[in-house]
Amino acid sequence: MNQDLLFAIAIFVLAILVGFEVISKVPATLHTPLMSGANSIHGIVFVGGILIAAAADTPLSYALAFVAVVFGAMNVVGGYVVTDRMLQMFRRRPAPAQSEGARSSGGSVQ
Amino acid sequence: MSQEWVYTLVFLAWLLGASLFVVGLHFMNSPATARRGNQISATGMTIAVVATLVHLASQGALSTTALSIIVVGFVIGGGAGLWLARSVAMTAMPQLVSLFNAVGGGAAALVAIDDYLRVLGTEEETVSTAVFVVLGVVIGCVTFTGSLIASGKLQGIVSGKPILVPGGRLVTVVLAALAVLGFVGLVFGAGGAASLDETAKLVVLGVIIASALVFGVTMVLPIGGADMPVVISLLNSFTGTAAAMAGFVINNPVLIVSGALVGAAGGILTKLMADAMNRSLMNIIAGGFGGGEGTVAEAGPGGTVRELTVDDAAIQLAYANLVIVVPGYGLAVAQAQHALRELADVLEARGVEVKYAIHPVAGRMPGHMNVLLAEANVPYPQLKEMDEINPEFERADVALVVGANDVTNPAARRPGTPISGMPILDVDKAKSIIVIKRSMGRGYAGIDNELYTNPKTGMLFADAKKGLTELTAAVKAL
Repeated sequence: MNQDLLFAIAIFVLAILVGFEVISKVPATLHTPLMSGANSIHGIVFVGGILIAAAADTPLSYALAFVAVVFGAMNVVGGYVVTDRMLQMFRRRPAPAQSEGARSSGGSVQ
Repeated sequence: MSQEWVYTLVFLAWLLGASLFVVGLHFMNSPATARRGNQISATGMTIAVVATLVHLASQGALSTTALSIIVVGFVIGGGAGLWLARSVAMTAMPQLVSLFNAVGGGAAALVAIDDYLRVLGTEEETVSTAVFVVLGVVIGCVTFTGSLIASGKLQGIVSGKPILVPGGRLVTVVLAALAVLGFVGLVFGAGGAASLDETAKLVVLGVIIASALVFGVTMVLPIGGADMPVVISLLNSFTGTAAAMAGFVINNPVLIVSGALVGAAGGILTKLMADAMNRSLMNIIAGGFGGGEGTVAEAGPGGTVRELTVDDAAIQLAYANLVIVVPGYGLAVAQAQHALRELADVLEARGVEVKYAIHPVAGRMPGHMNVLLAEANVPYPQLKEMDEINPEFERADVALVVGANDVTNPAARRPGTPISGMPILDVDKAKSIIVIKRSMGRGYAGIDNELYTNPKTGMLFADAKKGLTELTAAVKAL
């Protein structure tokens, strides 16, 4: 095995350990936003999509790269926006009454 | 600037992006800082993406075609994601997360497939490339179809009941065997130990892709709706791993680190959820739990049920010092979160202390109930985790159970029932108990809830929303 690969494996293992360490401290209250936030982080495959789009030289490659970019972008943009939407609802005190009326008028209101 | 310098800066930017993901996750450990954490993480993502574009541009690798693919793809995918993220109802959050998970896994698989096609037949086609390509393809494809099915089940497009096909498990095993065989074939092929020509390798890759896609479907179909918190966590972990494998394939550190972080996050949540149901992961994956016919109740002491009127219940609540509300998924199904919070407001105005006891698996994904209550404007300090609230039930004057069932069943404390050993909320320790429920129907585990026949329990038979609204009116009238 070459040196680069060994280093990559070392980084992989260490990152898993960092992940365990950081995430075990997240309270159950925030598990849904945590999962959705982690979900947006794996949207990093968008970067993979960009890289294969640049390396593409056949129609098939272009097609695969295009779908990968669309999927990755959906994952990353949607993931961060929806996580933010959830987290802004977590308040220490109830929100002022007027925003409340807007919210209870329908689940889909931002 | 020389190319080497540019690459160094790009690499450092990737590293910064990955570090911001860790810092962002760290800030998630308190509701007060969590939103900032998500923004930090998004900043890291932006840095990583921009660095990648700079990297490619500096190499002159961004042809017009490539650039248009990236821009158009981003607009379409990002636009769809944005629209879904803004319009989704909080009750539908699990299926949306599942959908994003599916496309993430799909993208990882595509990256791996594309890279394999590019290196095939060149000297870059090494054993290690083949290993990571196959891992990325298999995990990515399983996640893609698995998450789509999970999303469909949660949305109600696919039946939420466990779907058991005769011989289904055999099919799953055969598919797994096919994928492993393909894996061995491609790896040995790359190492030169097996002589496969390029066409044969493509066929093998095709077989691997097909079996992984079908495997994802057959894996999730037999799993019941209430086990979804575990499934979603597991698939989330898979996607992270698939992204990391894709990172190994294209030799990119930021993919490896981010994928590993998500893999770890999903892994931890999977374990927490499985523990909260006291079931092993294998048992959940095997599926068929709570299939309807279920186990007949392990005859608890068959007692009588005491029925409460709205006025009786209102008096109990209004003159309590501490009320602990135990919400379950039934509350969300009835869309009664707001009605619940209004009742709590009225009680608090009378000086009653109100807390919410949230079981880890309440809802359809980890922590789902907390989000639903936060949306209904319940302040987060009142949302209590199981371990924190259980000692408090003893001093609660009233425990108000709305839409929760199995997680309150004292039968879990003794052996011999389907839920034995499952950690439960100690609702039966409260001084009195009010259960709002439409009928005496059973929960997911298919057994009778002994809490309902407890002498301290009064049953208020009503739809959650209607019952809570009437209770609020009755308390106000006192």
